[in-house]
Amino acid sequence: MIHLAGPYVLASLLVGLGVVGITVRRNAVLLLVGIELVLSGGLVLLVATQAAGGDRWGSGSVLPLFVITIAAAEVVVALAVVLTAFRHRGGVDLDERSGEAP
Amino acid sequence: MTALDVAFAASGLLALGGAALAVTTRHVVHAALWLVVALLGVAGSLLVLGAELVALVLVLVYVGAVVVLVLFALMLTRAPIGPDVAHAASGWRLAGAGVLGVAVTALLLTVLLPLAGEAPVARAEVTSTQVAGRLFSTWVWPFELLSLLLLAALVAALAVSRVGRPVRGDGEVPG
Repeated sequence: MIHLAGPYVLASLLVGLGVVGITVRRNAVLLLVGIELVLSGGLVLLVATQAAGGDRWGSGSVLPLFVITIAAAEVVVALAVVLTAFRHRGGVDLDERSGEAP
Repeated sequence: MTALDVAFAASGLLALGGAALAVTTRHVVHAALWLVVALLGVAGSLLVLGAELVALVLVLVYVGAVVVLVLFALMLTRAPIGPDVAHAASGWRLAGAGVLGVAVTALLLTVLLPLAGEAPVARAEVTSTQVAGRLFSTWVWPFELLSLLLLAALVAALAVSRVGRPVRGDGEVPG
């Protein structure tokens, strides 16, 4: 027996902390840390629906696996973009203007 | 409070502590390492919720692959070893980020908490065998599409990282 308020509070706080991380970071690589936290909040929510017995077709267990896989693919592409931008601009500062970019 | 509630609260506090330090620390490498702590806490709470397969995959893929990728990217972009003063956020930005985070959390809590109810629910046991059966019957086409997505991501990462490289043969730098 488990109270459902716990997973809901944890998911909300993880998403909130992830949004803080996305907003406050100026290093493009550390932006991904915030994105991972938002996604893990979503994972907790999906699994909580499964624990409550409210899902159909096993989606509470299958959809988190999909989310994890898509997140891995997203991180790979994002890091390739960040590394290319670093090579072109010499920095990973997100606030830097890109006016005279080559 | 049941025993599962206490176990969930413990791993949830670990996850939240790690997440808070991951988004606030000045040391860039420490941020990636605190993300490991946060994700291990999330995996623990998923384990308490009865999704052992998802928890194991989370540890394998996120902690094993994603965080290592982030650490590699930090090293390749010449991240400083000490505190990162070059990318420090201003005071207004910190305040705005805090307000935004609190607002998002409050919004989600007001939507989700009324759904929780007062009484504890019996935890549904979903075994790995059931998950595998669902994955290869109901979800088989999305699952196959995922492999296509991973291939596309791999090719895209290679293609993006070749932008601006000299083309072999003429030595000219395009772009």
